[in-house]
Amino acid sequence: MIGTWRVLEHHLMVYRRTWKGGMFVSFASPILFLAAMGIGLGSLIARGPVRTVGGVSYLAFLAPGLLAATAMQTAFVEETYPIMAKLQWLRTYDGMLATPLTIGNLLGGEIGWLAVRQAITAITFFIVLVIFGTVSSVAAVLMIPVAVLNGLAFGLPIMAFSATQRKDKGFPVIGRFIITPLFLLGGVFFPIQRLPQLAQVIAWLTPLAHSVALARSLAIGGSNGSAAIHLAVPATYVVVGIAAAGITLRRRLVQ
Amino acid sequence: MIAILAGRRPAQVPAARRASHLVERNAILYRREWSLIVSGFFEPLLYLLAIGYGVGSLVGSAVTLNGHPIPYAAFVAPALMATSAMNGAVYETAFNFFYKLKYVKLYDAVLATPLGVADVALGEIVWALIRGTLYALGFLIVMAGLGLIASPWAILALPAAMLIGFTFAAVGTAASTFVRTWQDFDLVLIVMIPLFLFSATFYPITLYPGALQLVVQLTPLYHGVDLLRSLTTGSIGPGLVGDLVYLVVLGGAALLLAAVRLQRLLLK
Amino acid sequence: MAISPSDTTALIHARGLSKRFANLVAVDAIDFDVDRGEAFGFLGPNGAGKTSTMRMIGCVSTPSSGTLSVLGMNPITDGPRIRARLGVVPQADTLDMELHVDENLFTYARYFDIPRDVARRRAKELLEFVQLNDRAKDEVEPLSGGMKRRLTIARALVNEPDLLLLDEPTTGLDPQARHLVWDRLYRLKQQGVTIVLTSHYMDEAEQLCDRLVVMDKAKIVASGSPRSLIDRYATREVLELRFKIDAAPALDGKLEGIADRVEVLPDRVLLYTQDGDAAAAAVHERGLQPESTLVRRSTLEDVFLRLTGRSLIE
Repeated sequence: MIGTWRVLEHHLMVYRRTWKGGMFVSFASPILFLAAMGIGLGSLIARGPVRTVGGVSYLAFLAPGLLAATAMQTAFVEETYPIMAKLQWLRTYDGMLATPLTIGNLLGGEIGWLAVRQAITAITFFIVLVIFGTVSSVAAVLMIPVAVLNGLAFGLPIMAFSATQRKDKGFPVIGRFIITPLFLLGGVFFPIQRLPQLAQVIAWLTPLAHSVALARSLAIGGSNGSAAIHLAVPATYVVVGIAAAGITLRRRLVQ
Repeated sequence: MIAILAGRRPAQVPAARRASHLVERNAILYRREWSLIVSGFFEPLLYLLAIGYGVGSLVGSAVTLNGHPIPYAAFVAPALMATSAMNGAVYETAFNFFYKLKYVKLYDAVLATPLGVADVALGEIVWALIRGTLYALGFLIVMAGLGLIASPWAILALPAAMLIGFTFAAVGTAASTFVRTWQDFDLVLIVMIPLFLFSATFYPITLYPGALQLVVQLTPLYHGVDLLRSLTTGSIGPGLVGDLVYLVVLGGAALLLAAVRLQRLLLK
Repeated sequence: MAISPSDTTALIHARGLSKRFANLVAVDAIDFDVDRGEAFGFLGPNGAGKTSTMRMIGCVSTPSSGTLSVLGMNPITDGPRIRARLGVVPQADTLDMELHVDENLFTYARYFDIPRDVARRRAKELLEFVQLNDRAKDEVEPLSGGMKRRLTIARALVNEPDLLLLDEPTTGLDPQARHLVWDRLYRLKQQGVTIVLTSHYMDEAEQLCDRLVVMDKAKIVASGSPRSLIDRYATREVLELRFKIDAAPALDGKLEGIADRVEVLPDRVLLYTQDGDAAAAAVHERGLQPESTLVRRSTLEDVFLRLTGRSLIE
């Protein structure tokens, strides 16, 4: 446990110097999307056939979805190139393993760090949502842990994948074929029910659709009947991700 | 034998033939990485599906052009095409160019051959244009297949997309000469993402308050979007001339700046 | 200073050649000529101005003042035409990491406008010449330092250059890799290729150069053949003595008269003499007990030490 804390401490220390770099992807970019799509496009939708989406303005519909999607994107950014760097380019892990730290500590430290990173992003974003006036219930604050869970559900399997890669060529492929399609079609910008049947099934197999649905019901205050399943799917990804990352990291670092 | 005066070096005129060899080098690389090229088609199509049709079903016929409602997908598609031309050109120049310039020192090797700085810049911009043209062509074909083209003027959308690609390739090359570290690319994104979101991409510029409309009209992607949208929807007007002049002037100025900066960077 | 009698035959001709940067004089009014078919060396420590000189010859850096002609042309106005006939091996490898080994040679040949079939054939021949033919389809990154260097040399030969410029061709290579590179360069020399190289290794210059100049602090401080420089600025043999730490002060005056010249370095004492063994015997006769003694032939390193008072590689 203490070893894990030491690894986490390392990440926090690095972050103190580099936090500016990730600011744009994590904060500014989603806020810009919220302004352009939520307000600009929202005013078009208000004149369209449905006027409101799920009973609320398009801005209020979009905001919780963007919160969850940002967690996914942060996970992608944090668990691809930085992991490759620590494994191969900077050899940070090799340095750590030359001390009493274990691979379990490395993994624990990474998970802790990812959770912290996700929480920072989610809390900031939540404050932005309050300023935009899209938060109407106290329960909405629970969107923050939902976003963190979603971030871990994407981050840990991606980390497991990154630990198997010797080149960075696979990362853009994940970005193009998993992250961007989910961002655009996973229920963030329009209700998932408007997708073709097959696409809906695929979407519900991913953590994002569930996290978006749960965050949205918390923000808008609708029914939370399926909360259990909306938590169970991302949680399953987290558990499988931890196990997989444990295996691939060990295989990579212990030769 | 000529005595040399300090600092006098005639600017080299680029030779198309020499520049073409750099294009060939990139083609050799991408012959192997063809999947990268193909997947580049993917993103604008996804946006078209998600925003044009998914969100479009919420918008209905709320968008009008010259008083007539048009399908939202037909409204958004040319804007996505312009954005894709911008993105492709900037990534290929600013990011790849920086990588080759600073990281792998590729151009140090190239400049030891008969190729000069101007040839290098021209070669990279031409390469970016070739890729961009392929993407634009693919996207136009998809638009036609989906019935999103309302006018024969759309045939000019291909050269128009090439012009947008040229302008942003020149801007990207110039920008890359100012970049010192990878962190500086955040600045490039900080410019590109707002351009993408606010250049009347997803809704008519008339939705903005008057002052903001003016600001948007000062930015480059807006003119690209306006140009392509006019052509594919067939709403041809005098505004097109303004779009063309803006893009040509900006591209030319950026090209000049890039050439001067590169000369200074590579020939110390 | 050796100036070739007929300037017209010189492949490179420089008079008063200088390169100044904002607050630094990198090359300070140097004169030299390189003739067809010879191997010519610039020797000196880091920062002596060797690379700046090479870059001016390679037409990628504009001289600040002075005269320079390369292959009878003016580097400022005829850059592309001159570079078409040069082969350049830069100090740091600038291989195209995104392309495979053979593609590196092929694309480089294309930069010279060499037809595709000729480029392909030459790439194959050159890979054989530098003994990399079994790595033709491999990526560049995993190659060893010596292999990358040989690939860079092969690349520089792809246009069958009249003049080959090598900037520190073996710096950072292990002894084996180094000898392999030397062997290939020696063969090129035998084939009549004109070679200009920079080095801070004296043994490299002795191995490869017909003529060389020693540079220090932006100026040429000596020139001639390796042998003539040794004859002029050193003795036939050198006796190297190592003493226990702190023993140096006790030596005061005790070595006088044993050698033509004595250099006391931080870690050892060098005695320049015609007969090293005799000098060693004399040292022992005087009751001195060095930890180790070594008799060797004098080298350009000793020349450099003599000329500048400093060791060549800090």
